Amino acid sequence: MNIKLLCDLFITFAKIGAVTFGGGYAMLPILQREIVENKRWGTDEELADYYAVGQCTPGVIAVNVATFIGRKTGGITGGIIATIGVVFPSIIIITLLAGVIQFYSTLEWVKHAFSGIRVCVCVLIFNAVMKLFSKAIIDINTFCLYLIILAGSVFLNLPPTVFVVLAGLAGIILKMTVKR
Amino acid sequence: MMTYINLFWEFFKTGLFAVGGGMATLPFLYDISDRTGWFTHEQLADMIAVSESTPGPIGVNMATYSGYITAGIPGALISTLGLITPSVIVILLVAAFLSAFHENKYVIGAFYGLRPASSAMISAAGLILARVVFFAGNFSNPLNLKAVILAVILLAFTNAVTFTKKLHPVIWIAFSAIAGIIFKY
Repeated sequence: MNIKLLCDLFITFAKIGAVTFGGGYAMLPILQREIVENKRWGTDEELADYYAVGQCTPGVIAVNVATFIGRKTGGITGGIIATIGVVFPSIIIITLLAGVIQFYSTLEWVKHAFSGIRVCVCVLIFNAVMKLFSKAIIDINTFCLYLIILAGSVFLNLPPTVFVVLAGLAGIILKMTVKR
Repeated sequence: MMTYINLFWEFFKTGLFAVGGGMATLPFLYDISDRTGWFTHEQLADMIAVSESTPGPIGVNMATYSGYITAGIPGALISTLGLITPSVIVILLVAAFLSAFHENKYVIGAFYGLRPASSAMISAAGLILARVVFFAGNFSNPLNLKAVILAVILLAFTNAVTFTKKLHPVIWIAFSAIAGIIFKY
C-alpha cells in the first residue's frame, strides 16, 4: 500500500471535514474543488453518482462519499482511511466543545442561552422536515405512508428500526403493484 | 466495558437504519435516550444546536456528542465508529456494482417508502422537542409565549425574508442564544 497516498487521502478528507458546515449537500462545492480540481481523484459525473448512491444507502452522505472516493483512489484501505479522515475533525471539535459546555452548563446565563437555542432548533427541524417533505411526499401513497408512520412514531412505543423496515417493504410492494 | 459495547451497537444500528442525512439520526437518538437514559431530551436539543454550529457532518457530530456525554472521550470515539461502520461496509460492497445498484427496482421501491418514513420520524422527533420548548414538557401546560414569539420571528427570517433565508443556521442559533440571555428564557 502506498503510504504517501493514504496520508494524502487522510489529510485531504480531514480538511474537507473541518471546513464543511452541515455535511451532505453543503459539502458538494468543497468536494468539487478538492477532489475534482485539485487532486483529480474523480470527475464531476462520478461525484454526482456517489451522491445518488449515497442517498440510496444508509448512513451519513458525507461519510458515504468519502468511502467511495477513498476506495476508488486507494482500495479498501483507502476507503477506510478517507472515512476516518472526514470524521476526525468532528471528533476533536465536538469533544472539546462538549467538555466546555458541560463545565459551564450550570451557570444561569448559559441555561437561558440554551433555552433560546432550543426554540431555534425546533424551527431548524421544522425547516428540515419541510425540505424533506417536498422531495419525499410525491403522491397519495407516500402521503399516507407519512401519516401512518407519524402516528405510529407518536403513539406506539416502537424502535425506529421497525418503521424503517416496514416502510422499505411497503415502498417495494407499492412500486411493484403500481407498475402492473 | 458493557457500556462501550452497547454504545457501539446502538450507533451501529443508527448508522445502518437512518436514511436521509444527519437529521434522520434524530429519531434513533430519541429512542436511545428513552431506553438507556444515557442523555436527556434537553441534551439532545443542545447537541443539535452544537452540531449545526460546528464543522463536519451533522449526523457524525451528534453521534460524537452523545457518545461523549455517555462515556467521555472513549465514548465519543466508539459511538462515531459505530455510526460509520455500517456505511463503510455497505459502500465498499456497493461500489463494485454502482450503477446496477441505484437503478435496481427494489432499491428504488424501498426508497420510495423510506423517504416519507424518514420525514415522518423526524417530524415526530420535532414534536417531542416542541412539547418541551413550548409547553414545558406537557401539552396541558400553558403555552410559553416568549418561545412562540421567537419561533415566529425565526420562521419568518428563515423562510419568508429574501435577504436572510439563505443565511447559515449558525447565525440564527447565535441570535436565539442572545435573545435567550436578554429576555431570560
